Amino acid sequence: MVPLQWYLILAAALFCIGLYAVLARRNAIAILMGVELMLNAVNINLVAFWRYTEPAAATGQAFAAFVYAVAAAEVAVGLALIVSIYRNRETVDVDEINLLKW
Amino acid sequence: MEPLSRFLAFLADAIVNIGEWIRGLLLGTGLAEPWVSLIMKAIGAVVVAFFPLMVVIFLIWAYRKVAARMQGRLGPNSSGTWAGPYGILHTFADAIKMLTKEDIRPQGIDLIPYNLAPILVVFAAIATWAVMPFGPKLIGTDLNIGIFYILAFSSAALVVFLMAGWSSNNKYATVGAFRAVAQLIGYEIPQLLAVLTVVMVTGSLRMQEIVDRQHIPLLFQLPVTAFIFFLASMAEVNARPFELLEAESELVCGYFIEYSGMKFGMFYLGEFMNSTAVAALFATLFLGGWRGPWVDQAPILGTVWFLLKMALMLLVWMTIQLTLPRLRIDQMLAFNWKFLVPLALANLCVIALVNKGIVEWFPGGVSAWTRAGILLMANVGIFLVTWGILTALERRERRHREAWQAAQVGEVEVSV
Amino acid sequence: MTVQQVLFLLFGAIAVGAAVGMVTARKVFHAALWMLLAFFGVAGLYVLLEAPFFAAAQLFVYMGAIGVLIIYAIMLTRGMMRQRLPRVNDQWWFAGLLAAVFLGVLAWLVWQHPWATTAAAVPGDSLNRLGLTLVDPEGFALPFEVASVLLVMALIGAVTIVRER
Repeated sequence: MVPLQWYLILAAALFCIGLYAVLARRNAIAILMGVELMLNAVNINLVAFWRYTEPAAATGQAFAAFVYAVAAAEVAVGLALIVSIYRNRETVDVDEINLLKW
Repeated sequence: MEPLSRFLAFLADAIVNIGEWIRGLLLGTGLAEPWVSLIMKAIGAVVVAFFPLMVVIFLIWAYRKVAARMQGRLGPNSSGTWAGPYGILHTFADAIKMLTKEDIRPQGIDLIPYNLAPILVVFAAIATWAVMPFGPKLIGTDLNIGIFYILAFSSAALVVFLMAGWSSNNKYATVGAFRAVAQLIGYEIPQLLAVLTVVMVTGSLRMQEIVDRQHIPLLFQLPVTAFIFFLASMAEVNARPFELLEAESELVCGYFIEYSGMKFGMFYLGEFMNSTAVAALFATLFLGGWRGPWVDQAPILGTVWFLLKMALMLLVWMTIQLTLPRLRIDQMLAFNWKFLVPLALANLCVIALVNKGIVEWFPGGVSAWTRAGILLMANVGIFLVTWGILTALERRERRHREAWQAAQVGEVEVSV
Repeated sequence: MTVQQVLFLLFGAIAVGAAVGMVTARKVFHAALWMLLAFFGVAGLYVLLEAPFFAAAQLFVYMGAIGVLIIYAIMLTRGMMRQRLPRVNDQWWFAGLLAAVFLGVLAWLVWQHPWATTAAAVPGDSLNRLGLTLVDPEGFALPFEVASVLLVMALIGAVTIVRER
């Protein structure tokens, strides 16, 4: 049996790698990919807690299912925004999209 | 007489008995129990992985033969160089030809996605066979999410087409990959909704249980659902009405322009294996899988019935593929989003209501035949309503077109 | 080392290794492919956690839909590829330091906390229970409907934002 701490530390590692991607990369799409990685780490945490604390109830699984739905919705809108910004400014470098209307 | 009856009893459940014999051999050599299980599972995995390959080897020849006979010619035969009885060795000649072709490596490609894409296509195609029920006790693994696993893998394989298209460093390949993913994602929705209807009626995601609950094949209980699933699956495997992505005259063969030799062979193989998997899936979901007469006495007949049903579906697939013309991309997408998705949604809602209604109004439970009859009538109702809507729409459109044409020519508009 | 621990280390290595590859990839398309590999590793972890529904949902939603969306967006914003901009901004060292410190704190917290785990087995009909909970009025029926409204809003919003004028 794998101890619960291993899953939690793995999820923490994925979360911190996603955090680094959000803070350090310049491409807006790469930042969004970091956010997705963080959401994945959260999902692993939820399912690990469900499995090791109360596998008979379906609350943990339901929570994780809602995180899936929210992540999908957020990615769709985020990417629509990025593509729209690219059409207006010809760049997706977040360091250059720092003025409201040039 | 005695050895004959014992031989027949062995043959009645041949594959399971052969498995037990091999397990007996392995245990006899003194290995521990977990290792014997592991080796048996490995042998099972190899057999399940080889089955679609064997079927595809036969299918390529059969496809060419059926195509030729439908078009009034002979097809693969042995009248020139000898190629086996009825030309059956043509497939091997084809494979050898593909192996000996030059492996062109275009300039500017992305090496790792370019080389990885054909392998992943075949991987996704083989992986779906792990949950196909070949017989009453013959299944790779009876996952409790059986049908969902198949849909998940065919969805995860989409990204492989983007990899292939993008890494080819070719505009046509990229546009072809875009179109491929647009088509495949679009047609996944009615496929998923049709499968959801079947799962709702049978009450489980497990493949063996779906087959077990089909005392009457679901094709007769849910014909509209079967129709939706069949069309959506044809689009998923790029069969002829939806063959836009890989036709020679459209976009120069789509997203695998830059692949030559065995890499193209693997795409070709993956597509045939997908078609076989979809035929087997239709046979399992709607035709009753391995059910048939005399399966209780001789379970090996279950596998025979399954293969026959799969062959029937493949024959239907081939007939449609060889007789219908190709759709344009906008016609195909309009067909999906404006017709199939609303139809699948309406179908799901109506069947859900009818299913729940059966439970509510007949608290004592109904026999299988009554339930089948009610579901069939619900489906016929959906069909008639759809027919009525389509006819009314077509009549209105024809009236508009005639009025427009009359106005063009300058005649007086005739009012209807 | 039981088989489960070996499998956990394997899938964990795939997930974390692919994530590291994602944040250090030079071209953003390669980063997307590394991300897909990380999702595949996470799907394997779900199988180990005896939640096969989530493994299949991970393949379906993340690899099949979100991965494809991200690659589409990369292809549509392709001008970025022609310039050779640096892939990290000026504060990358601070971000790395922050992430490492955060990871250290979390790992220490997790390690020394006595978690109240049970050794109960997952019931055989956990899938049925999940389905029933999601539509039970006293369960999660309301969040379920709100999630579907959210998805419709996201669909309409995304289409409206990207529409060509």
